[in-house]
Amino acid sequence: MITQGATLKSKEEMKERISKPEVISGSEILLRSLLLEGVDCVFGYPGGAVLYIYDAMHGNPDFNHLLTRHEQGAIHAADGYARASGKVGVCIATSGPGATNLVTGIATAYMDSVPLVVITGNVISSLIGSDAFQEADITGITMPITKHSYLVRDVEDLPRIIHEAFHIANTGRKGPVLIDIPKDISAAKTLFKPVTEVSIRGYNPTVTPNKNQVDKLIKAIEQAERPLILAGGGVVYSGGHEELFEFVTKTQIPITTTLLGLGAFPSGNDLFLGMPGMHGTYTANKSIQSADLLINIGARFDDRVTGKLAGFAPLAKIVHIDIDPAEIGKNVPTDIPIVGDVKTVLEIVNKLAKRADKADDWRAKLKASCEQYPFSYTDSDVELKPQWVVELIHETTNGDAIVTTDVGQHQMWAAQYYKFNKPRSWVTSGGLGTMGFGFPSAIGAQMANPDRVVVSINGDGGMQMCAQELAICAINNIPVKVVIINNQVLGMVRQWQELIYDNRYSHIDLSGSPDFVKLSEAYGVKGFRATNKEEARAAWEEALRHPGPAVVEFVVRKEENVYPMVAQGSTIDEMIMGDAE
Amino acid sequence: MKKHTIAVIVNDQPGVLQRVSGLFGRRGFNIESITVGSSEEAGLSRMVIVTSGDDHTLEQVTKQLYKLIDVIKVIDLSSNPMVGRELALIKVNAEPASRPEILGVVETFRAAVVDIGTHSLMVQVVGDTEKIDAMVELLKPYGIRELSRTGVTALNRGNSK
Ligand SMILES: Cc1ncc(C[n+]2csc(CCOP(=O)(O)OP(=O)(O)O)c2C)c(N)n1
Repeated sequence: MITQGATLKSKEEMKERISKPEVISGSEILLRSLLLEGVDCVFGYPGGAVLYIYDAMHGNPDFNHLLTRHEQGAIHAADGYARASGKVGVCIATSGPGATNLVTGIATAYMDSVPLVVITGNVISSLIGSDAFQEADITGITMPITKHSYLVRDVEDLPRIIHEAFHIANTGRKGPVLIDIPKDISAAKTLFKPVTEVSIRGYNPTVTPNKNQVDKLIKAIEQAERPLILAGGGVVYSGGHEELFEFVTKTQIPITTTLLGLGAFPSGNDLFLGMPGMHGTYTANKSIQSADLLINIGARFDDRVTGKLAGFAPLAKIVHIDIDPAEIGKNVPTDIPIVGDVKTVLEIVNKLAKRADKADDWRAKLKASCEQYPFSYTDSDVELKPQWVVELIHETTNGDAIVTTDVGQHQMWAAQYYKFNKPRSWVTSGGLGTMGFGFPSAIGAQMANPDRVVVSINGDGGMQMCAQELAICAINNIPVKVVIINNQVLGMVRQWQELIYDNRYSHIDLSGSPDFVKLSEAYGVKGFRATNKEEARAAWEEALRHPGPAVVEFVVRKEENVYPMVAQGSTIDEMIMGDAE
Repeated sequence: MKKHTIAVIVNDQPGVLQRVSGLFGRRGFNIESITVGSSEEAGLSRMVIVTSGDDHTLEQVTKQLYKLIDVIKVIDLSSNPMVGRELALIKVNAEPASRPEILGVVETFRAAVVDIGTHSLMVQVVGDTEKIDAMVELLKPYGIRELSRTGVTALNRGNSK
């Protein structure tokens, strides 16, 4: 694993050295500015339009850049880095095809409000708009999927733009910011003076909530007989998990967390109902439908959570706490809107909140329901069950790992059967549902957390979308433990075709997949395969002990489905409970 | 569906029109007309957008616009007394025989003839959308050759802002 090297003192010295006003190129300005923003690892891929930038990296001991094997790998790695650390993730790509290869990753980060600064090169300014070689209008292409973007027109603007980009990416509702730098700008020289202040007219996210609305919330809690908290990724992003814990402890209101909110609240707690939505727990979904007060904290009422909107939480007074005013009332009409930073709001609320005294019966009922309807599956001693594999991973990592996933059935099983207790331990593409995300995001998560166990859980389908990044793990000895839940099909698609399309299995067969053990070994990564429990435990434990990266392929039952399941268009309490019931 | 006229004050940056109009299309909001020009302050442009939808749509439009970094202010002009004006140039067939009639229409509407061809006249008319619609209707029988409308620009009346 690359050591982050620099001690605190040498970091200070470095900062002082590179802050000195000096005439340097746009490329140098970029690198120095990134370092001054505290960036310790950048993921990228060179090409013609960024050659000056890569030239500036040459022999630069301060700047840590990881060369991925695909730009998609680079941006998902930057994303994983950001989600697992709370810092801004950075990636660099060249113009045209390099830049367009980032599009999926930018959209992924945008949908899940992940702070990224994405740097692309572009053709020289005078060629822009002429269909020049490797030219693409990347600011135009990405306008709908960035929080903001810049096309740099003057090297003088570069220090300000970079500083603004970091500020915009990581404040308010977070998100990806693109900086497109024409090649002549990265070559041009000017006097560099670091920019440390930012003032952007018209950009002032509301952090502190309206007092009136907070009072209304307090009153609503006092009156509620069936109150419920729905917490989302906003809790994690604001760093408000401790405040959330205090809020729940004080009020004793039962809580469900969305997919992106997993880890925002300890899952072992008596008041935790699990995740709601399409593959949520029976109790979480039922409780939403019968609650008389629903307090949404930093979630956005995604349709995977709400199911059919018309029948969602029909009895509840709705409270919505969000940093983004545009989320309030977007999908679900809100009775008590509270715009503000989740952490700040909860700090204020906690000063006033009292135990929800009228909710004793409700608490008891939900606790009993959780015991009666946990996630469950029929285990087997003949075939490996994917749920069992996730339980094995949970048990052997004491629930302390950072888990990243790809998209599909394995993602839902990981969400259901790995019990999260800490924020920033769960990295998954929720909003966009991006296959190919799971493995490279783990590389970023590991770079941000060199001392934690990082497990990446993937399907045999999605693993083949970014498998090339095994090279990065091997070369840099990044000790990610890669899990492949191999059911030999596009499992989630198979499940829909079985349940909704009458067993008409169309193009889901993944025959012809590589031998994953050999594939890993070809890259110089240790590979294991397991087809029964005994092999599974042995292989997995050895992989965990191994100091470097390792891939473990679990060959599981092909026909396994994720339950419960709410079909699209149904209300969330209309759950198909599946074969285990 | 109600018509709303909103003013959007934006930083005068390249791409800002694309950001604003793109947002409308992407989110399924309808644009009936959009005009852009400079505002009372250097560096800021004023866009005036006519859109239709219920109050929920208007609220979403406003909130989504505010998410754009370059948007400084969004004003719902139609919620207060406002002056909304649009300009149209209409090139209409005008043989000598029909000219007096056309000029009569022009006069009634306090429009102006701004160009005369051998077989046509170009009429300039300024007013609210309804007035221009009416003028166009009246000129149609003579045969409209070309028509160009600017879309609405607007300000609130008096001291309200
Ligand atoms: C890039 C991309 N393409 C297609 C999909 C649609 N999709 C969602 S789940 C899925 C199947 C995933 O199969 P696999 O990776 O084997 O995981 P499993 O569901 O079997 O666990 C597909 C194709 C997607 N989410 N992302």
